[in-house]
Amino acid sequence: MTSPDEALAHSASSADAAPGTPPGAARGAHGRGAPAGADSWRSRLYRWDMKASPYVFVAPFFVLFGAFTLVPLLYTAWYSLHNVQLSALDHQTWAGLDNYQHLLSSDFFWNALENTFTIGLISTVPQLMAAVWLAHLLNYRLRGSTVWRVVMLTPYATSVAAATLVFTLLYSWDGGMVNWVLHFFGAGPVNWRESDWGSQFAVSSIVIWRWTGYNALIYLAAMQAIPTDLYESAAIDGANRWQQFRHVTIPQLRPTILFTVVVSTIGATQLFGEPLLFGGVSGSKGGSEHQYQTLGLYMYDQGWIIGNLGKASAIAWSMFLILLLVAAVNLLLTRRLRKSQ
Amino acid sequence: MRTSIRRSHRLGAFVAVAALTTGLLAGCAKDSDDGSSDDSDGGSGGKGKTTLTIGTFGVFGYKQAGLYDEYMKLHPDISIKENVTTRTDVYWPKVLTRLQAGSGTDDIEAIEIGNITEAVQTQADKFVDLGKDVDKSQWLDWKNAQATTKDGKLIGLGTDVGPMAVCYRKDMFQKAGLPTDRAKLAQLWKGDWSKYVDLGKQYMKKAPKGTKFVDSASSVYNAAVGGASERYYDKDGNVVWDKSEGVKKAWDAAMTVATSDMSAKLKQFDPTWDQGFANGTFASIACPAWMVGYIEQKSGDSGKGKWDVAAAPAASNWGGSFLGVPTATKHQKEAVALAKWLTAPEQQAKVFAKQASFPSTPSAYATLKPQADTTAYFSNAPLTQIFSDSAKTIPPQPLGPKDKPIDNAISDIGILQVEQKGKSPAEGWDAAAKEIKDVLGQ
Repeated sequence: MTSPDEALAHSASSADAAPGTPPGAARGAHGRGAPAGADSWRSRLYRWDMKASPYVFVAPFFVLFGAFTLVPLLYTAWYSLHNVQLSALDHQTWAGLDNYQHLLSSDFFWNALENTFTIGLISTVPQLMAAVWLAHLLNYRLRGSTVWRVVMLTPYATSVAAATLVFTLLYSWDGGMVNWVLHFFGAGPVNWRESDWGSQFAVSSIVIWRWTGYNALIYLAAMQAIPTDLYESAAIDGANRWQQFRHVTIPQLRPTILFTVVVSTIGATQLFGEPLLFGGVSGSKGGSEHQYQTLGLYMYDQGWIIGNLGKASAIAWSMFLILLLVAAVNLLLTRRLRKSQ
Repeated sequence: MRTSIRRSHRLGAFVAVAALTTGLLAGCAKDSDDGSSDDSDGGSGGKGKTTLTIGTFGVFGYKQAGLYDEYMKLHPDISIKENVTTRTDVYWPKVLTRLQAGSGTDDIEAIEIGNITEAVQTQADKFVDLGKDVDKSQWLDWKNAQATTKDGKLIGLGTDVGPMAVCYRKDMFQKAGLPTDRAKLAQLWKGDWSKYVDLGKQYMKKAPKGTKFVDSASSVYNAAVGGASERYYDKDGNVVWDKSEGVKKAWDAAMTVATSDMSAKLKQFDPTWDQGFANGTFASIACPAWMVGYIEQKSGDSGKGKWDVAAAPAASNWGGSFLGVPTATKHQKEAVALAKWLTAPEQQAKVFAKQASFPSTPSAYATLKPQADTTAYFSNAPLTQIFSDSAKTIPPQPLGPKDKPIDNAISDIGILQVEQKGKSPAEGWDAAAKEIKDVLGQ
């Protein structure tokens, strides 16, 4: 059999081939000019290696993907069409689309969907805008720029649990620091956890705090790839910093911005840890009026607290469909943008 | 849920919260570990030692009281490993799925009181009937009843119980012009939690600045409903939460608290609740036996000698667990023997001395010794006397499979809306009702 070293060498050399041309065709056994006969089994092996090796190399991912994503996904779909209780997994009864029907007529589901949307909006939009702005600042020549960049990434490295615990204390209505500051400015205390907007704002702030630096670094990387002569010529044309930012940086960043929007949207749709921990003891309810119960929380509550796995699976699949929808909309937008460029 | 969370909070709030993320991952890692170690059990060490695993949530105190070491000394061929999952809402679903898969369970599984009825009604065939192996009369009758199936199978041995008392701050009561003697207070509110609430109104008239009478309305609800002879299910297993006399009385008492200014409006087991103890924001709290240690820990030195304990208006229980042996275990005989030993009166007394978990075996009561500094902390109140009197008079209460979600809906939705969002009691009740309908799939 081919040794791993050889295989690596082959795949490396095949990378040299022009894209689109099958490597085997370009430099197969013929290319070597080896005489047929004694060597033919070797050349066959070689050809086979050229064709099969790439699949072997990518296989681990797809095997894992199948085992941990695809199978559970399909199994969840199967569950969502049944009445399954956590305490009686063996006794599944066919329910057809009942679970979905219940969801569509359930106030809790629509409420969770709405919350997911609003929390997603008020966390993603300010977050990305702040990230662009921060990246722009970091893009200047700064003393100790590495330090700044590392610091930016620390919130991302913090665990959700630790961050949320601290924020929960900051937002506690009785003796929390946020209310203390508000009091300093003469505003009354806000019950952050129980008020509708207050709680959503509080949850969003945790998300914003954790992810802004991460996105800023992505933007920064993209900004540094923008050729400096663009700025130079803009400067010669008399554009100030702000105009340079608007007319050079932002258009050049467009693909990156799209990428972060997609990633953030997916993250926002799956928002779970922050609101769960923010809620404390009964976090899966998302507040006494479910005011910050996201789809993720609703699914957890139905599945693991109430024990109704069928319905929880239906929620999971609804989330999946929503994500597909988001992806589709995004694809359309991207195409539009490309055409307009 | 409540029991487990109070336990986890003994380890500190941070651990409890961190358990969700890191604990889940660690739990996964442990799982694969369990699976493989099963095969190597016989061979590991080469001495033919049997490894027994025990699955628990939070702090059970067995390790802390040295019981595992003691047992291993008595039985050199046994070694014991405890698998702790801090939160019950993570622990119990995991146990349920493994029981039904028939693999991956520990040799002994702890079952929380909030889950025992679900286990009795839906998982009885997955647990060994322990009734034949033990002398049932050593446990409180109502404790046994909770773990017994309709056809008389005992699937879990009682560990601790949570008999209720009232813990109060003598100094604050005095400033508010209330009696401070524990016997007098117990007499004042004897018979009904609403009398305790009435005293709260009196407290608020002359309350020391910045203090409230109780920590929360749901604390009063929980205490009151915990002693009702019927709450969410009747004896035949029908859901009666909306007709239950016990629920109605407890709800009314809680509503009096929620609509007045006597509540500090804290949510139990939140970090702010802990701060409430430390800052002395509230003067009294319905406290089951296990909470005594918690109060001592959270109030710290500032509360030393200021706290006192009086008998509760009515006997009531909050919390407690069971040990069950899944039929799937390969070491059934050994596991039963260990579970039996761990829950015997002598061992329960040892756990009490270390961890203040109150025994479910009355014969242990005579020998109970609370830690000296705890007794001093609570003004030398006769803790064992108060709690054992309560434990013996708790009425048997039928529980149901969805007891906990229903309880959550009333406390965390209904009562909280009234207490913190200023909704009317009727609105709060309707919100809870809607939630419960969703829970029950109606």
